[in-house]
Amino acid sequence: MDARNTFDFLTNPERFMAFSRWAAPLLGVLSAIAAIAGLVVTFLVPEDYQQGDTVRMMFIHIPAASIAIFIYVCLGVASFLALVFRQALADLAAQACAPIGAVYTALALITGSLWGKPMWGTWWVWDARLTSVLVLLLFYLGYMALRGSLEDEQKAARAAAILALVGLINLPIVKFSVDWWNTLHQGSSTFMAKKGDGLPAIYAWPALLMGLAYLGGFGALWLVRIRALVWRRKARSLSLKLAETAR
Amino acid sequence: MKAFGVLLRRELALAWGRGGGPLLALTFYACVVVLLPMASGRAPERLAAIAPGIAWLALALAALLSLERLFERDYEDGTLDLLALGPAPLEAVAVAKCLAQWLATGAPLALAAPVAALMLGAELKVMPLLVLCALAGGLAFAFLGGLGAALALGSKRGGLLVAVIVLPLFAPPVIFGAGALDGYAAGLPWTGGLLLLLAYCVGAVALSPLAMGAACRNALD
Repeated sequence: MDARNTFDFLTNPERFMAFSRWAAPLLGVLSAIAAIAGLVVTFLVPEDYQQGDTVRMMFIHIPAASIAIFIYVCLGVASFLALVFRQALADLAAQACAPIGAVYTALALITGSLWGKPMWGTWWVWDARLTSVLVLLLFYLGYMALRGSLEDEQKAARAAAILALVGLINLPIVKFSVDWWNTLHQGSSTFMAKKGDGLPAIYAWPALLMGLAYLGGFGALWLVRIRALVWRRKARSLSLKLAETAR
Repeated sequence: MKAFGVLLRRELALAWGRGGGPLLALTFYACVVVLLPMASGRAPERLAAIAPGIAWLALALAALLSLERLFERDYEDGTLDLLALGPAPLEAVAVAKCLAQWLATGAPLALAAPVAALMLGAELKVMPLLVLCALAGGLAFAFLGGLGAALALGSKRGGLLVAVIVLPLFAPPVIFGAGALDGYAAGLPWTGGLLLLLAYCVGAVALSPLAMGAACRNALD
């Protein structure tokens, strides 16, 4: 089977709607199961000898941060497909995933801040990671602002896709520059000390389960949002047609 | 090449003559610098610590100021359509615009930066480096800002939108420039920051015209 047929369920709107009709709820249910299991395990694992109970924060914080970055990659790839190959569904996919990505990024920042207060004694430090995740949030917001402020949908889609690609090139540079900036200034020693050791095996399970829950949640929300955008586009073209015939 | 020269002269004349040209950007820069001691207190030691950084950040903000109209004016009156039909590709048009923007506001601002930094209490020895950083950084700001202006073409809320798109892109050059200035002032290694700033500037000048050309063509469709 060639690649064209293999990915047909993602490029052909009809087949995509048929596929996402069962895939979205399935992912949602799997995500909920993983979330429940992950939360149960989160409260079963022993306390950390240093962090005590607050170590449980980790399992809702780290997956949010990694998936926020993953979503930006999805946004970039979808924008590329929309811009270069003129895939209509890829454009809708890019539009659909930006707000989800912004929410995951905000979630990572908020849970990180809540974890930082008991651990570091402060809600916020200008640490390299925190800063680059904050810039990631700004990239999401800029994308949404540009997309929302152009009236012509086609033009808005393409301008936003260009911005998403520029952001994809720029984000690693931002990451690098912020790391460089942080090492130049006095680093936060608590953060470095905490990162010193790898994750103990007993903590890997809840982290993995919560990661799957977040990933599945993103997948389900993404599909649902794309479906809504497809419906909206259909409704608009139908109402245009209706107006034509009425005249 | 001849077309590019003509374009550059036109853009320079427009940038220089439009609403006071560099004077407006310089005045804005002065306003930011005046407000700063009022906001953060006028204790000399506190100001001196942040002087090069603030002079540098205010430059980035001033660079944003006149960007909004960079493409918008030509887009509204149809000149951009004519330019798209002309012999020079839209990428070259974009380069001419950004270059003229830099010559008309970026370079004067770079020359004004040491004055502002001195008033805030920075040491005299930082000044040559500050001018160099401001010249290179200004070029990067002009090209990245041009990218934001080209993407926002046709939007009803230009200025704020351009700022929201462009300011996150300014993060690396601001960090590199401030790193070089801080390092130099403190007697630490500083060449790394300057070289990274120059590299970023070269990358922005090389790559952003492609995106600007695509954005202009999209807006003209």
